[in-house]
Amino acid sequence: MSVTVLQSINQALHGLMESDARVVMIGEDILDPYGGAFKVTKGLSTRFPDRVLTTPISEAAIVGVATGLALRGQRPIVEIMFGDFLFLAGDQLVNHAAKFQWMYNDQVRVPLVVRAPMGARRGYGPTHSQSIEKHFMGVPGLWVVAPSILGDPGALLRQATAECDGPVVFIESKTCYGREVVDSVPGFTRTTLSDPSSPFATTWLRHESPADGQLWCYGAMTPHALEAVQHLKHNEGLLIDLVVSSQLSPSPVSHIRTIAETATGSVWCYAEEASVDFGWSAEVSAQVAATVQENGKTATQVRVGAASHPIPSGRLQEAAALPSASDIAMRILNCF
Amino acid sequence: MIVLERCERSASAEQRYELLAGIRLFEQSLLDLFSAGVLTGTTHTCLGQETVAVGVLSAIDRPRDIVFSNHRGHGHFLAYCGEVERLYLEIMGKPGGVCGGRGGSQHLCFDNFYSNGVQGGIVPVATGMALAEQQKGTGAVAVVFLGDGTLGEGVIYEAFNMASLWKLPIVFVIEHNGYAQSTPSTMQIAGEVADRPRAFGISVMECQSTSAAVIHQHAASAIDAARAGGGPQALVCYTYRLGPHSKGDDTRSATELKAAWERDPLIAARAEAGAAADAIDHRVAARIADARQSALEAAS
Repeated sequence: MSVTVLQSINQALHGLMESDARVVMIGEDILDPYGGAFKVTKGLSTRFPDRVLTTPISEAAIVGVATGLALRGQRPIVEIMFGDFLFLAGDQLVNHAAKFQWMYNDQVRVPLVVRAPMGARRGYGPTHSQSIEKHFMGVPGLWVVAPSILGDPGALLRQATAECDGPVVFIESKTCYGREVVDSVPGFTRTTLSDPSSPFATTWLRHESPADGQLWCYGAMTPHALEAVQHLKHNEGLLIDLVVSSQLSPSPVSHIRTIAETATGSVWCYAEEASVDFGWSAEVSAQVAATVQENGKTATQVRVGAASHPIPSGRLQEAAALPSASDIAMRILNCF
Repeated sequence: MIVLERCERSASAEQRYELLAGIRLFEQSLLDLFSAGVLTGTTHTCLGQETVAVGVLSAIDRPRDIVFSNHRGHGHFLAYCGEVERLYLEIMGKPGGVCGGRGGSQHLCFDNFYSNGVQGGIVPVATGMALAEQQKGTGAVAVVFLGDGTLGEGVIYEAFNMASLWKLPIVFVIEHNGYAQSTPSTMQIAGEVADRPRAFGISVMECQSTSAAVIHQHAASAIDAARAGGGPQALVCYTYRLGPHSKGDDTRSATELKAAWERDPLIAARAEAGAAADAIDHRVAARIADARQSALEAAS
């Protein structure tokens, strides 16, 4: 039975609250009948009135309070209404939640999940459309993960909540909420890479014949990346495998190494919805380059992302500023 | 491990003085060790403010209550658990320290005691801890220490608001020492300190006395009220920092400091200890010296 990303996450939240009394939801406007700005928390406050807390508009304290809950044995899940507002909680995430376990010499755990709907293509303009997750990547002690339409968004949320004892920033895509979760894609073989260092897997869709190159993405870019590889196959005869990360930070080094060692083709393209400078693709491509070089191979690497200016409000300007399937396809095609 | 005796609610004047003197000697020895180049990094001593630490933390229920302290937290830590040798080791960056040498002076964790060195951010975290204890029904109270300098951080008002909305068992202790680092309160606080928590419907007590016994009475009633379901409480303690903000960074006038040292709360505390004071001084000096020496000799 088909399920949307929104349904998958909502069902996971219901399941988590049902199975574990330590799970507490906290955020702005998350009570029924409103159920959150994107309706992700729908139904929760009706079933679990004592464990769903609606808050003042106070992102810093919401994350701080949730960190305190986590330190004292609860399993808080925060909703930040728009991912852009994560900056308001930056001190809490970086100087508090991410630090406690290590600086207290492993005497404590901070099992905190901060859900943040991110991204553009909704006409919300410069301050409600960004993909700012790159600013939280590379912070020791902080996990950044992103569900996609490929895989199981709800399962990822369950892993973030129940299997990860550190703080997790969970990057949801506004535009993917209404899309259906995809289990398999015709013409591709699906491989899941995982290792004991984390519960978060990487998905690799490979053609049955050796590919000409690899396209790497996460979260919101996944539908566009899928469209690009299908276009390149059908219209250009190029076989491009697709890698979809769910763990963005810390870098899933063993997954990257495995893929870089076994992938075919020498073209590597990375697609992200943020501007690419100092971004996620810089980290992944640097690791791919190192592995490729160790193996005596060469790589042509290209990155696709948003324009380096704020996201415009006007729909046409917004569309022009953001990476599309055809942008990705063109960049890959230009490598051949 | 060498420890100082912590004070319970029933503590005598002698016991309070012994702990106050221990905190004082410990911190003075830290400043000496920095001057001698034995310690590196930074530290923030609470010279002159020890009575707030001892007064407030002798009122907690040690097994269950939570304490969240700040950058100026040695006095709070020692009043909470007395673990003076482990604290030396921590500040020396040694594996036997409270946090294995990872946290140092400003980042301590021991049982239900926590501290962090960034201003303001600990207040919502402590508020969340109080919420957790309320949800679990443990009856525990969280006590969080702020300074007058911290009042400039906006996040504390978000936390005051939530604590009051949800009637959380938390006590906000504001140690008003008159300075935010080098800036006098008159240049950095508009309006009245007590009006800030009061604006959120939080009960506020003000304590002008620097006597540990008087501070204790106020703290005990605040903690009892929070535990009884009365919601958050604030206690503003007017005090004075006799030492520098950190190490050698004191720009206050010699006249001001001289007058302040003449009002040192430990003078009165020592007088209250009466005939036992000399013996206490000797005992504490020996204990601090032993803890310091033992920590200095411990493996790095």
